[in-house]
Amino acid sequence: MISRRDFLKISAFASLIGLGGAISINALEKKPGKNVLKDINALKGKRWAMAIDTRKFKTQEDFEKVIRACHKNHNVPEIANPLHEVKWIWTDDYEHSFPGTAEHYISKDIKERKFLLLCNHCDNAPCTRVCPVKATFKREDGITMQDMHRCIGCKFCMAGCPYGARNYNFLPPRDYIKELNPEYPTRTLGVVEKCTFCNQRIDKGLLPYCVEASEGKIIFGDLFDMNSEIRKVLSENIVIRRKVELGTQPMVFYII
Amino acid sequence: MLDLALKGRPRYWIWVSFLITMILIGFICWMREHHVGAAVTTGLSRDVSWGFHVGQLTFFVGVAASAVLVVLPYYFHNYKTFGRIAVIGEFLAVGCVLIAMLSVFVIMGQPSRVWNVILHPTPHSIIFWDMVVLITYLSLNLLCGWTILHAEKKSAPPPKWIKPFIYWAILWAPSIHTVTAFLYAGLPGRPHWMTALQAAHFLATAFAAGPSLLIILSMIIKKISKFDPGQQAINKLAEIATYALIIHLFFIGLEFFTAFYSQIPDHMNSLKYLYVGLEGHSGMVSWMAISTLLAFTGLLIFIFPPLRKWNVTKLIGAVCIFFSIWMDKGFAFVVSGFIPNPFDRVTEAWIALNEFLVAAGVWSVGALVITVLYKIAITVKEKAVFDKYGQKQIVD
Repeated sequence: MISRRDFLKISAFASLIGLGGAISINALEKKPGKNVLKDINALKGKRWAMAIDTRKFKTQEDFEKVIRACHKNHNVPEIANPLHEVKWIWTDDYEHSFPGTAEHYISKDIKERKFLLLCNHCDNAPCTRVCPVKATFKREDGITMQDMHRCIGCKFCMAGCPYGARNYNFLPPRDYIKELNPEYPTRTLGVVEKCTFCNQRIDKGLLPYCVEASEGKIIFGDLFDMNSEIRKVLSENIVIRRKVELGTQPMVFYII
Repeated sequence: MLDLALKGRPRYWIWVSFLITMILIGFICWMREHHVGAAVTTGLSRDVSWGFHVGQLTFFVGVAASAVLVVLPYYFHNYKTFGRIAVIGEFLAVGCVLIAMLSVFVIMGQPSRVWNVILHPTPHSIIFWDMVVLITYLSLNLLCGWTILHAEKKSAPPPKWIKPFIYWAILWAPSIHTVTAFLYAGLPGRPHWMTALQAAHFLATAFAAGPSLLIILSMIIKKISKFDPGQQAINKLAEIATYALIIHLFFIGLEFFTAFYSQIPDHMNSLKYLYVGLEGHSGMVSWMAISTLLAFTGLLIFIFPPLRKWNVTKLIGAVCIFFSIWMDKGFAFVVSGFIPNPFDRVTEAWIALNEFLVAAGVWSVGALVITVLYKIAITVKEKAVFDKYGQKQIVD
């Protein structure tokens, strides 16, 4: 007959071995993400940036094509109520896109222009600083990534983002997707999502959906590459950015 | 000692059952949010993404930190007047830290993933540090309060090893509220919150609201039990609350000066929204008017010694101060930080019924823990007073 004391000893020992085994298996399995083999076609860049040529966007259709391309492919739910809507890329007027720095006496043309707004992929992103679980983080190429499957939904990043670029799923998002794209994951209730500069496309060697759909009105490229097209357009045009004074270093430029 | 909480008069059990009912209602409401979404169950939006619950976190961390106001004089300066009230303060801190921690837990959109905070520790996030300091403070207060009460039950002096933990808890109290302030004070896009005064202001409000609650609780304890926390102690708490309240009002004045003398729109807008309305949006104006009125009523009562010492006016004053700060810090402060939004537009927010019931459930958890701990403490202290009256405790 095994005594109570012995039984406890054996079971404690057995569970310790089990625990140790589990930890070592985990340790063996875990490989840092950096070591994962990259697609040979992947676009290579040190700091992805975007320049939106606001002069070239003329009609409502110009904007809608871009927005549709992004939202449809990323299964962004279509929620009508502006309080709870989810948007990765959208438009606003000059005054509200650049509050605090908008010029009152600027040309009527610019005042009436619409501006495409999206995550700025700040070089010094406050959202990644405040996230308690690293669900939002900086990639080596400058993309501010969002892991919707790690996000705990604390909404700290929404308080941290000075650009209103982050969306919390206040409603079950899958109920509001009209046409499902099976290629891209859908999200659940209670997580934050936003534009990811189409990281999934960059990694396959493709340009972001919005850039592709804009037909040349949006320029995308590596800011650290002196010979890139984006560096050329930035040096040749008048460009502005949103809330530069905050030190976030936004990576979305507006050519005016 | 826990067995002491299992014996009580019918009114004790009625109160406990009420709290458990509220907890269950809160739990059901919380579950509902995860079925239908926060759009239906809260007053929040993409522009105002934090509201009532985060306000409760902020407010109750403060109340918890204020336990230091009875612990520090008693254990560090040997101020005997607080001898009987010290454990009451420590156990209040336990309940309030629980409320604070649960208040931040219920805002999580994916509560099952909350372990990610420990699984992927992120020292550059203030929420990580908030978790660390709150869990530590909870444990310290429970340990200190329980050990000292246990010694008292056995009519023995508290063990020596508890001293370092008491000093640790004293140092920890201001730090928990500083970390709470850092949640707000370091965000580049929220000028209303981004003031170096934030942590100091939080502590001032905490040291006014906390003692006020302790006064109210002490008076209730005196009324319903044979244990008297001591008139002198209660009067001293009222004095502390008076000074803290004056500092709080002074700090509000400082914020107004900086914003309106510099005339930087970003710094004026939130204050305008709170006190007079912004661009036709005045949802918080009457709320803040009531809060301000309560603060000045409390100040008027507490600043005159006869009114501060008379128990009827003292109680009114304490209630005024407590609710004034609760209205401000527990909701208005959080919401106004999001107004105007990053596009210079105003989206207002309010408290939804479901949200309120979840909060009520959270308060009830704290109240239940405080009730049980107080029940134990009072039973021990009642015996102590009656067995060795005059020998063990100071009588006014």
